[in-house]
Amino acid sequence: MRLSVRHRSTYRFAAPMRAVVQSHRLTPSSFEGQRVLDWRVEVEDAVFGAELTDGAGNHIRTMFMLGPVEELMVDVTGQVETADLSGVLRGHREQVPPLAYLRTTRATRSDLALTELAESAGGATPLDRAHSLAAAVSDAIRYEPGRTHEATTAAEALEAGVGVCQDHAHALIATAVIAGLPARYVTGYLLTGGGLRASGQSQSLGGMTQSQDAGGQRQEGRAAPEEQDDGEATVLAAGEASHAWAELWVEGLGWVGFDVSNRCCPDERYIRLGSGFDAADAAPIRGMAQGIGEETLDVRVAVEQVQQ
Amino acid sequence: MDEGSAQPRYFNEMFEGDGVRAPYAALDGWSREMPPELRGMKQSEAEALFRRIGITFAVYGEGGDPDRLIPFDMFPRVFAADEWLRLERGIKQRARALNAFLVDVYKRGEIVRAGRIPAKLVYCNEAFEAAVVGFRPPRGVYSHVVGIDLVRTGPDEFFVLEDNCRTPSGVSYMLENREIMMRMFPQLFRENRIAPVENYPTLLRRTLASVAPIKCDAEPTVVILTPGHFNSAYYEHSFLADMMGVELVEGTDLFVEGDFVWMRTTQGPKKVDVIYRRLDDAFIDPLCFRPDSMLGVPGLMNVYRSGGVTICSAPGAGVADDKAIYTFVPEMIRFYLGEEPILRNVPTWQCAKADDRQYVLEHLPELVVKEVHGSGGYGMLVGPKADKATIESFAHLIRERPENYIAQPTLALSTCPTFVDEGIAPRHVDLRPYCLVGETVELVPGGLTRVALKEGSLVVNSSQGGGVKDTWVMAD
Amino acid sequence: MLSRTAENLYWMTRYLERAETIARLLSVGERTSLTPNIGGGYRNEWHSVLLSAGTAPDYTAKYGQVRERDVVTHLFFDEDNPSSVASCITRARENGRIVRTALTTQMWDALNAAFGELRELRRTERSKLPLGDLVEWTMRTTAMMRGTMSLTHLRNDGYDFLNLGYYVERTDATARLLDVKYYVLLPQVDLVGSGLDNYQWRTLLRSMSAHRAFAWAYGGEVTPAKIADFLILNRQSPRSLLASVEGSAQHLERLARGYGRTTGAQGKAREMAAELVEARIEDIQDEGLHEFLSRFILENGQLAQLIHEGYLNGDIR
Repeated sequence: MRLSVRHRSTYRFAAPMRAVVQSHRLTPSSFEGQRVLDWRVEVEDAVFGAELTDGAGNHIRTMFMLGPVEELMVDVTGQVETADLSGVLRGHREQVPPLAYLRTTRATRSDLALTELAESAGGATPLDRAHSLAAAVSDAIRYEPGRTHEATTAAEALEAGVGVCQDHAHALIATAVIAGLPARYVTGYLLTGGGLRASGQSQSLGGMTQSQDAGGQRQEGRAAPEEQDDGEATVLAAGEASHAWAELWVEGLGWVGFDVSNRCCPDERYIRLGSGFDAADAAPIRGMAQGIGEETLDVRVAVEQVQQ
Repeated sequence: MDEGSAQPRYFNEMFEGDGVRAPYAALDGWSREMPPELRGMKQSEAEALFRRIGITFAVYGEGGDPDRLIPFDMFPRVFAADEWLRLERGIKQRARALNAFLVDVYKRGEIVRAGRIPAKLVYCNEAFEAAVVGFRPPRGVYSHVVGIDLVRTGPDEFFVLEDNCRTPSGVSYMLENREIMMRMFPQLFRENRIAPVENYPTLLRRTLASVAPIKCDAEPTVVILTPGHFNSAYYEHSFLADMMGVELVEGTDLFVEGDFVWMRTTQGPKKVDVIYRRLDDAFIDPLCFRPDSMLGVPGLMNVYRSGGVTICSAPGAGVADDKAIYTFVPEMIRFYLGEEPILRNVPTWQCAKADDRQYVLEHLPELVVKEVHGSGGYGMLVGPKADKATIESFAHLIRERPENYIAQPTLALSTCPTFVDEGIAPRHVDLRPYCLVGETVELVPGGLTRVALKEGSLVVNSSQGGGVKDTWVMAD
Repeated sequence: MLSRTAENLYWMTRYLERAETIARLLSVGERTSLTPNIGGGYRNEWHSVLLSAGTAPDYTAKYGQVRERDVVTHLFFDEDNPSSVASCITRARENGRIVRTALTTQMWDALNAAFGELRELRRTERSKLPLGDLVEWTMRTTAMMRGTMSLTHLRNDGYDFLNLGYYVERTDATARLLDVKYYVLLPQVDLVGSGLDNYQWRTLLRSMSAHRAFAWAYGGEVTPAKIADFLILNRQSPRSLLASVEGSAQHLERLARGYGRTTGAQGKAREMAAELVEARIEDIQDEGLHEFLSRFILENGQLAQLIHEGYLNGDIR
């Protein structure tokens, strides 16, 4: 299937920022299930660093914009030819040993309930076990947008019994690791329709943008002389990736994707963008802005099938 | 496995029977002839000097006086030239093997494939940095300053207690202790041939410059990255920067633009080629590691991984100095260098292993128990010095989380004469030399000797009542 | 030089100068409290000291009534007051500690010793600390710093940033002292030029350790115009606005030469100095002293901002 993607993230700052730096994981890699035909990431007036490919096969690039920055628009456009491999990530170039994905993060840390959920899953082979875990998580956490937020952990989502794709992926990673299966978080795009869910806007994790101010001095009224400013920091977070799922390492098959939210394995409607230990680690845009003030993020994503 | 604990007596580095061991010959007369008043005067002079240069020490969470001095003992600790030669060979061997290991585990992992180190121990390790897998730093060096903690138990017996591959601290004490001894007792240095340590900063700078990125085509700009002036080791950071003649920067002084890292100067941005960071991996880049870090440089890891800047020590170096990996360092030396280890490891029991755990629990009163990820002498049990209740509570902790603990025999740490209230008395010492790894492997003849000032104490950490001494290596 | 290093040097001297200014204010208060109660009286005088220091609202919030002992606590010891002598010395030392290697040993020793003495003072019973001693200590400390700096520091860019800190702060302090004296203390027009006015003007001179210099320079009768001239336009008067602005301008010129690059700060400093060189005291009186000083404080603030943008914040390209 040939899919086209248009993905625009618009950041607006109430007060101009001195500078903005972002690390982008916005370019998909090619493997047997997807071939990148054409792909562009553009930001007007930005300076990009060299693209690098990390050990997990993610394409990463740094973007820098010198201030004053009031608005910043990240535009992603491209076309990908996809094939249905039943979720198996065949032919993907990467070097990180699967065992490295047996660790957990704050978002995927286990607790008693997650351990019980993991133990409730059956399965004679690793693949059966993986399917069983995905089903168990899907049963335990109902899909419902708006009830969780981007810092919600797997344990919290399980306790609440509701969540979105990010929570599903975190919970599956947590239970898989308990069951001894290496697991990781995957971001990407999804051709929706036919009852498929992509996560709601800005609910699913994308970039985190933080602000910091290195210096800058206050000018105050006549009563008080100027003071040296020690810098202030405000943390704002927002972002967007249109969909997220998990990959589990199955001996003999390699990495296999599981989309708990849609109770299926990724097929030709999915475009895989990149992976990480959890949503924050895998975020397509991670950024930091220098300055103090409100930030808003608006994200538009359109994925369409290209008729040939 | 019992060699340490069974010996009741300790090796005294100065006295042998009624005689004085050769390297200490000069100090015998000096210490005997020093009148008590002079000693007191010199001691306060030393303290005043330390305080004046501002070399103070703050322990995290301990409260109290942040400007506290680490006690300095004026009685030097001495090595003969031939003793040092052997140590030097052993230390350099170890530093090379540790770096070979790091390059290997972030590339093909041959040592794991060969079954010489368990894969889980390496790849599931918290310190294993997935973000740098596949990246080879310039000259294949991950750990540019290797601090190796050694103890001595006999004339020819040295054990490595632990390796420090990230950013071992304390080297400023090595340099300042010498400086102060030379100021106070010039005669001693005139009459004895003591190998100098003062070229350490020059060697460090040369080492750092030698690992500049290939993209760097001019004289490399080296900086030291500090967490800031609130850090307990800030003095050392500023001292080293000053001695090397390089800028001491904080995260906010640097920024990433395009393919490089730049520093903010009064004359505009200046490209930085090598960053000697005194900051943990987790904090160096909020866009790669902890997003809440305000100490790092956003985007730094991307520049690093595309070859625009060198970070020393390289992110991920910590996997080599983990206490669980430590056991396998002799194996690394054989595997990568095809040599036999010159320095010995302390026999170590892994509480995670059932057999080991049982032995440890049965022998707690004679063992030292350490946390796998602990440091600074915290969370540590010294069996022979502990009371019953403490031992009980440790037994409980070990049963609770066995994988968190390792145990070692209580080593009979050598003693060195030390000035105490009553005169001169033997006190236990250890040694941390600083090995530099770049284009070449270098070791200055000396190190930091820490001394347990409390009588009978085996804990030399400054946070636990330890002091420091000048460390001499006699020239041939 | 690292921008942050320059910033630390610049703020170190600004805080030292500020400590000195506060000490001078305390000495004015003390002097006045020793003299007969005329005009607004004793309490009013301490109040005016608080106004000059710019911390009157903070004081009222914390202490309520104006009492000498509390004012001294507030202006000398109070760590909640960012302009207290103790706060200024502590911040100066903190800025110095961060860039210790950019200071000479002598400067660091002087700064560090002052910090140690300050801790001693804090431990000393207040009854054993006459205000005169506190003022004296502060003046000696800041003079020591200034002295070690001019005797030992390399004449490099760091030296220029150190001096800029002094001059920018001094310009601000002199203008504020003059303005508060004129505007807040004596709002009633009919008192201007009266005997009281002259007396208080003299106290102002005294607070700048300038009363004898003034007598030598102008002789005869003390008039507000002469004092204003002395503190604004007289190049020989070390705390005059002209001398301070020319100090800033001179060190900015040195930076421009050394770096081979000018910023907005050079033009601004030159412009400010030129205005003062041209001005006559009558012009200033025509504009209104208060209006003139308010404008000048603002312009000096702009100069500080330009120095910040051009050198200290590291955004310069």
